[in-house]
This record gives sequence, structure tokens and C-alpha cells, in this order.
Amino acid sequence: MLAGTAACSGSSGSSGSGGSGGTGKGSGVTLTYWASNQASSIDGDKKVLGPELKKFEQQTGIKVNLQVIGWPDLLNKILAATSSGKGPDVLNIGNTWAPSLQATGAFLPFDSSALTAIGGKSKFVPASFATGGVAGKDPTSVPLYSLVYGLYYNKKMFADAGLKPPTTWEELQTDAKKLTDPSKGTYGMAMEGGSYTESVHFAFIFGQQQGADPFDSSGKPDFTSPGMVAGVKQYVDLMSDKVVNPSSVQYKNGPEAPGDFAKGKAAMLMSQNNADNTLVADGMKTSAYGVVAIPAPTGKKDIASFVAGINMSIFKNTKNKDAALKFVKFMTSEAEQKILDVPFAALPVVAGMTPNFTTNADEAKAFQGILATRAVPLPLVANESQFETNVGNAVNQLIAQAATGTPPTDSDIKAALQQAQDKMTPAG
Amino acid sequence: MREPLSFKVFRVVVITVLSVFVLVPMWVLITSSVKPLGDVQGKFEWWPSHMTLQPFKDIWSTVPLAKYFLNSLIVCSISMVLSVIVAVFAGYAVSRWTFRGRQVFTTTILSTQMFPGILFLLPLFLIFVNIDKALGFTLLYQTRFGLVITYLTFSLPFAIWMLAGYFDGIPRELDEAARVDGASTIGTLLRVVLPAARPGVIAVAVYSFMTSWGEILFASQMTGPNTQTLSIGLQSYSTQINVYWNQVMAASLVVSLPIVLVFLLLQRFLVAGLTAGAVK
Amino acid sequence: MSSGPHVKRAGGRSTRRLTPYLLIAPAIVLELLIHIVPMLVGVWMSFVGLTQSYIANWSTAPWEGLSSYRLALDFSSPIGNSFLHSFEVTCLYTVLVVGISWTFGMSAALVLHRNFTGRGFFRTLFLVPYAMPIYAGIMTWSFMLQRDNGLVNHVLKSLGVTNGESFWLIGSNAFWSMVVVAIWRSWPFAFLMLLAGLQNIPDDVYDAAAVDGAGVWKQIRYITLPALRPVNLVMILMLFLWTFNDFNTPFVLFGAQPPKSADIISVHIYGASFVNWDFGFGSAMSVILLVFLLVVTGLYLLIFNRRSTRA
Repeated sequence: MLAGTAACSGSSGSSGSGGSGGTGKGSGVTLTYWASNQASSIDGDKKVLGPELKKFEQQTGIKVNLQVIGWPDLLNKILAATSSGKGPDVLNIGNTWAPSLQATGAFLPFDSSALTAIGGKSKFVPASFATGGVAGKDPTSVPLYSLVYGLYYNKKMFADAGLKPPTTWEELQTDAKKLTDPSKGTYGMAMEGGSYTESVHFAFIFGQQQGADPFDSSGKPDFTSPGMVAGVKQYVDLMSDKVVNPSSVQYKNGPEAPGDFAKGKAAMLMSQNNADNTLVADGMKTSAYGVVAIPAPTGKKDIASFVAGINMSIFKNTKNKDAALKFVKFMTSEAEQKILDVPFAALPVVAGMTPNFTTNADEAKAFQGILATRAVPLPLVANESQFETNVGNAVNQLIAQAATGTPPTDSDIKAALQQAQDKMTPAG
Repeated sequence: MREPLSFKVFRVVVITVLSVFVLVPMWVLITSSVKPLGDVQGKFEWWPSHMTLQPFKDIWSTVPLAKYFLNSLIVCSISMVLSVIVAVFAGYAVSRWTFRGRQVFTTTILSTQMFPGILFLLPLFLIFVNIDKALGFTLLYQTRFGLVITYLTFSLPFAIWMLAGYFDGIPRELDEAARVDGASTIGTLLRVVLPAARPGVIAVAVYSFMTSWGEILFASQMTGPNTQTLSIGLQSYSTQINVYWNQVMAASLVVSLPIVLVFLLLQRFLVAGLTAGAVK
Repeated sequence: MSSGPHVKRAGGRSTRRLTPYLLIAPAIVLELLIHIVPMLVGVWMSFVGLTQSYIANWSTAPWEGLSSYRLALDFSSPIGNSFLHSFEVTCLYTVLVVGISWTFGMSAALVLHRNFTGRGFFRTLFLVPYAMPIYAGIMTWSFMLQRDNGLVNHVLKSLGVTNGESFWLIGSNAFWSMVVVAIWRSWPFAFLMLLAGLQNIPDDVYDAAAVDGAGVWKQIRYITLPALRPVNLVMILMLFLWTFNDFNTPFVLFGAQPPKSADIISVHIYGASFVNWDFGFGSAMSVILLVFLLVVTGLYLLIFNRRSTRA
């Protein structure tokens, strides 16, 4: 970590593939690796990955220069790297971005020989592997950590109120109302109301429950269908119904909502399974919460998540392709998955493995069940990342509107989604 | 001089209102920086109920503040020195000679000052990236050198404009006396005019340093993990697991203090330099 | 500003004529590199469809002619409409910030120009917001504007003005927060310039007026304000340009995607360019902004500046 400070010459140190990486073959190879922020802090990631990278170096003689990048910057940094051609050798991406980043042509396609080099397509969980890129093309990313959404609930708060975890969305709404007491500063639900990624994920999941797809079969955006509007409303209504702390419209970095839940300020939390990290860091015991699938409104589709997660890509212009492939193979090996899934609270991407990210067997079972039966694939279209920013920000503005006292109506929502859709048109 | 009551009232009102407006944020900045995290996250308190200097220790480890400090210092100093040197010569030429193209030159300088930074950001991004690609190594994009160049986009025209104005205020007789004594053009400039223009040069240097020190737009795209400057680095206190408001405030204080002190110590020069350049 | 130094020296006319060009040569080279070339590239970019599909391979981006301009200026479409909205917000923001900063700066300069105890202290104090790094001041404000633990809601509640639960960083309040923060930061600059301008007015003018029996207010009205005209001309123009192009205040307060009410032009373009990765469209909007500023500045100078200043 100090290397960067010491090397205070005029040039940036992040030039793995751009130029300085050409140190020939064999033992001298150094890979630059951009890891996404999976632990509860960037430092936490460094502590987890450090020993593993050392292990990799001992096995192969390849050094890995690690940089952990926070979520608010990650996509932007990747796109900047894509345009400058000056990126790392290997990097993590949010799997929802895979098709968009594939379209830039900046990543190495995993053709059959590359796949063989990392241990073959068949070693991966098929649903996770499918997120690597658009169908019919060689994927440009492979899964690294698998995540799904679940509904966390505070066991004690539910027991005290005489409630059971909800099985329908309507139940969730009434429970949330019962558990809300603004005078005590407690609310039914925690929400990361300023995070565009969270907002778009729920818009998608709830839209799916209502049977709506954000893109039609030809890949054209279709954000304003009644189902999409209803899905967005389902999410925004949590704020309109005042079962969420209005202050959470300003939460946007990720850990704030889990923090509220861990501190007992909210009785429920809809989050990907890696929230475990933050909950533990904030002092909540794993036995204090339970997890069930996010319920759907009565009579709607029982969808609770999409196949979320982190994928790994290799920059096309890396000068260390073989080393990069070895590294991907290492990170997606069963042995490493077993180690990394624990601190990062991830589900394994290797087929046939049992989840070990939590000691809470019920939780593990719940998440595995969600992944197996209630998680849908993502829209695999090239402008998916634009869909995220535009729809996500539109939903954020709607939540803000709800928080400041005027609950958005169906037509407000439709207008906001229409605007988001119109912003999509210029980019092909 | 006699002052009517109305003016006295006016003075009290103006001083009170503006002092409160200026002081309240400064008070918040200072008191919050010595509060423990729990207290800044709780209800607002005018006076810290628990005082601690811990935030001032923690700021260095939560984010690599020292590295950002160094980056800012290097980039701002170099762009300051460069723009002052270039501007001294150009400003002198504009002030002392009438030459063909002078009007075009000064108009260009003046109008580039009004250009929105965003107009340059996108092309510079593209140009830097492509130069680096062509060179095969990283010279400009996300380097300190590249950032120095982008900072010249705003500090150079301002420096030329202000120094030209300042030189105008220095009597030509000084130059002529030096010439009669046999000094060359450069000699006259360096040995006679420049010393007389010292307040102006100091003012230009401080302004150029200050604007670079606070720059955000270019820094947000043109710096990488190792070249990040304070303006961007300071924002990482809020992207960690907690928003460390006490550390944000402590760090803001630490990065403000040197520049504010320099500014206030030199304020006499700054006022003189600014008016000479901007008004005459 | 007449001709160059009238010095007769060996070396002749040609050297003398060359001298100014040699002196400005470094500046010209740098100007070309950092301003002229990037500007031309920027104009080129505005005609090209530089979206995220082409970012890895700029040269293959399709030529799109004026379509980005048409998109930005078609105010009936949502995209053009949001551009127009951003323009309107920016205009209102600029008028408020420049107007109030000038008023504050002028009042303070008038008061502090005259002697009284504590004058030096207040003069120094008033310069601090300007001397602070921009982001440090704005971050302090953003802390004060927090809903649950900020000073602003605390004060409003204890004064009984609100229930202390207002949002200041989202919705329509965000605009006013941004205005206040920008004024806090800008008015000391107006103050600094005007104070310096006042010091350039010779004392004997006032003395003469005092002999004629003119009171303080009359002196201000008939001597000070007219004498400050040139300072005002430059200072208001500079404040206008800085405020209109302001990026820092919204970016530090709200991030790259500010609330709609605070979506001023620089962040709007930044968002289109870096959040949606559409450099072509971002460049087109930048060029439109530049043309607008050139026209406004030109008109301003034409109307108010009858004598020819430098350049």
C-alpha cells in the first residue's frame, strides 16, 4: 500500500496494461487487479484479499497489485479505463453491467480456449455463468461472487410485536406499519433511498413480479408499461406510507440502510446477502436476524431477486494474458471460493458447492432457495448500464418526492419513467 | 469625520449579519472536528459535550490524506510557478509594446477566462488519452503532469491579465532609466520592473495556487488512485461504512489552515495586486 | 498605452520589433495547447456520436452532424426540455448569487472603509470564506444542512420556524441551499474588490465634499458609487461567469446527479457526459453554453463599457 506513496513520480501507478506492465515473461509478471468493495470497508477488502494474493504469488510467481475501488466510482472508473485503454489487467464488474461493457469491446472475450484455461464453462453455476454477457456471444466476464436479494427481519422486533415474517407484499406492508414508531425513531423498513443502483434493482424485481420487462424482445426500452409503473410504485410507496425513515432518501453509499437495521432502527431490510458484513460490523449477531424471500403481492409472480453478483473480466490489451487467465482460474477455484465467500458473504459460483458464507443455516438455506427458484436473469442488453443510471435516478427522485410529503401518483411515475426512457434513445 | 446615526445603525447591522453568516459555518467546522463520532451523528450541539483530538489522528489513516496532500502540493506549486513565469513575460510584452496581433492576443486571453471548464474537460480527456496511447506510456492521463497542464487552462489567462494590468501601473521611466544604463530587455524586466511589481506577482501566485488547490471538476476525472488531490480525496470520508463527519471536518480544517493563513498574512498584497490588475 | 520604450540602442529596429513576440511566445504555445486545440477538438466531438459503445475506439464513432445540437435545442423533447430547465435554473441561480453577493460586498466595503475599532479584525474575518478551499467550505455547509443532525434544522426548530424535519439537500429546498452556500463563498470576493476600489478614490475628493456640507450618505451616492463603476463592471462580469459556470457547489453538495431543482448547467453537462457516457452530446451542450456566454459578455461590455479597456 505504501508503494504508491513512495513512487511519487509524475505518473500514475495504475498502468498495468497500458505500458509499464511489459516486463517480459516468467517470474517478473505483475498483474494489476481492480477489486470491487465487498467487505464493510476498503481496508477490509485489502485484509481479506492480501493473503490470497500472496498465496497466488507463491503458487505461480505472478505478483498481483491490488486496488480496491468503492461502488460509487467503479462503473465510471471502468468506463474511463475503457476509453483510455489504460486499465488494470483483471477487474471486477457488477454483473448487471456485463452486456454494456461487453459492447465497448474493451474486454477479452472468453472463447473456448480461454474458458478451458480457467477450468471450463461447466465448473460454474449455469445461472451465474449466464450473466457474463449477451446470449450468443463469447462472454467477456465470468462470475466471481454470486449474490441475491433477501428480506432480512429483526427477530426480536417481530416477536415483540407478535408478528411472523411476511409471505405476501400486503402482509409486509401491514407489518411495516405496525413496526413503525417515529417517536422512538424506529421504522418498519430500512431503505437506501439515494442509491440509484438499489432503486433500479427494486424497480426491476418488482416490475418482474408484476410481469413487466424493461426491455421488449427486440431490446428496445419499454419502461412505461403498467407493470413497470406498478413495480416502481410498490417500492416508492414504502416511503409514501411513511414506514421508512424519511432521512434515508439521502442514503446512497451502501452501508447506511444495513446500519439502521443493525442498530434496531428498522425492523426489515431488503438487501443482497452480502449485507451480512455490514450487519456484523455494526454489532448485530447473525442469530438476531432471519431471512426470507422478498414476497410478491397476492396473485403476482413469485419473484424475489435477480441473479446479482460480481463478475471478473480481463482487459483486452493486457500484456499478461496468460497470467491474467491463471489469476481468474485461481479466484474462481473451489478452494478460493470456499475462503472468499465467508468474509464477503457471497454464494459460490462453482457448481455443486454448498454455501458457507454464514453460520446461520436457515439463512444459507433461504438464500440458496431464492437463487434456485425465485431469481430471474437480468435484461442482457447493451444499454443496461444506462437503464440503471436513468431509471435508478428517476426512482430516486420519486422517493425524494415521497419523502418531502407528496406521494407520487401513477401518472407522476409514468412521466418520470417516460423521461428516463427518452434519455436512452440517443445512445445506440 | 461626523457620522449620522443612520450610518452607525447601518454599520452595526451589516457587521452583525455578515459576521454571523461567516462565523457560524466556521464554528461548526471547528467544534465538530473535536467531537467524537457518536456526537456528530447525534443531535446537533453548539458546544461539544465531549472533546477529543482523535479525529485529527484518524484522518491520516481513514484515507491516505498525506498522499493527497502531497499530490495537491506538487500539482498546485508547479502550475503556479509555470503560469507566473509565462505570465511575467507575456504580461510585460502586452504592457510595454504595441505590436501587430496584440489585440488578438489580449482578446483571446480575456475570453478564454470566460470559457466554461466543462468545455475543456471532455476534449482534454480525449486528447490526453490518445496521446498516451500513441506514446505507449502514461504521460498525461491521470498523472500529476497532466493535471498541471489542465490547471494552466484557468490559471494562465488570469495571471497574464492581472500582471499586464500591474505592469501598466509601473512607470515606464523605470524601464527607460534601466535601458539608458545599458540593460537588455530581459535584464530590465528582471532587475527593475519585476522587483517593483512584487506585490502583483505575489498576488498572482497566491490566486493561482488557491484556485488550483480548490479545483474539483478536472480533478474528478483527471486523477487516478495514486494522483488524487485533496479536493477529491476529501470526499472519500463519506463513502466508507460510516460518514465520518468529525473527520471530514477535521480534514477540512487541516487542508484549509495553511492556505487561509497565507492568504490572510498576504492580504495587503492581494488587495493591491488584484485591483491593479483587474481595475486599471 | 502608447508605443514601446523609446530607447535608441544598437541592435536595430528588427530586434526591437521581434522582442514582444519572443516574450509572448511561451504563452502562445501554451494557449494553443490548452485552449485552442482542445476547443477545436471539442467542437469536432459535438458533431460525432461519441457514446459508450465507441469509447474504446474513438475513431470509429459515426459522424452525426448537427443531430446533437438538434437534440439539445428541441425543447419539446424531454432531453431538450431538461437542458432548457437547467439553463433557467442556472440563470436564476446566477442572478441571485451575483446580486446578493454584490449587496453584501458593497455594504461591508462601505462600512469597513471608514475607521472604527475592530475594523482590521472584521476585514480579515470576512475574507476567510474566500480563502478557504472551495470544497472545505461546501462540505461544512452540507454537514449543517443534514436533516437529522444538522445545525440548520436545529436552529429553525428552536426558533419555532419549522418542526426541524425539513430536507435541505433534496427537492426544491436544494436550490436555496445551493444559493446560500454560493453566496457565502462569493460575497467576500465582491467585498475584496470593492474595498480595493474604495482605497483608490483619493481622500481629497471626500474632503472637498465634506467642506461642501455633503453627509456620508450623499458622499456615497454622488462620489463613491460613481467612482466604483469600473470596479463594478469587471467584478460583476467575473462573478457572473464564475457563478454561471459553477460546478463545485452542486457537485460537492449533491454529487454528479443533483436534484432537479439544483441541476445547473455545468453539472448537467457533466452528468450527460460522464454518467451517461455521451461525450458528443455533452460537447454540443458545452458549445451552446460557450456561445451563450460569449453573446452575453459581448452585449454586457458593449452596453456598459463605452471606453475601451484593455482588450
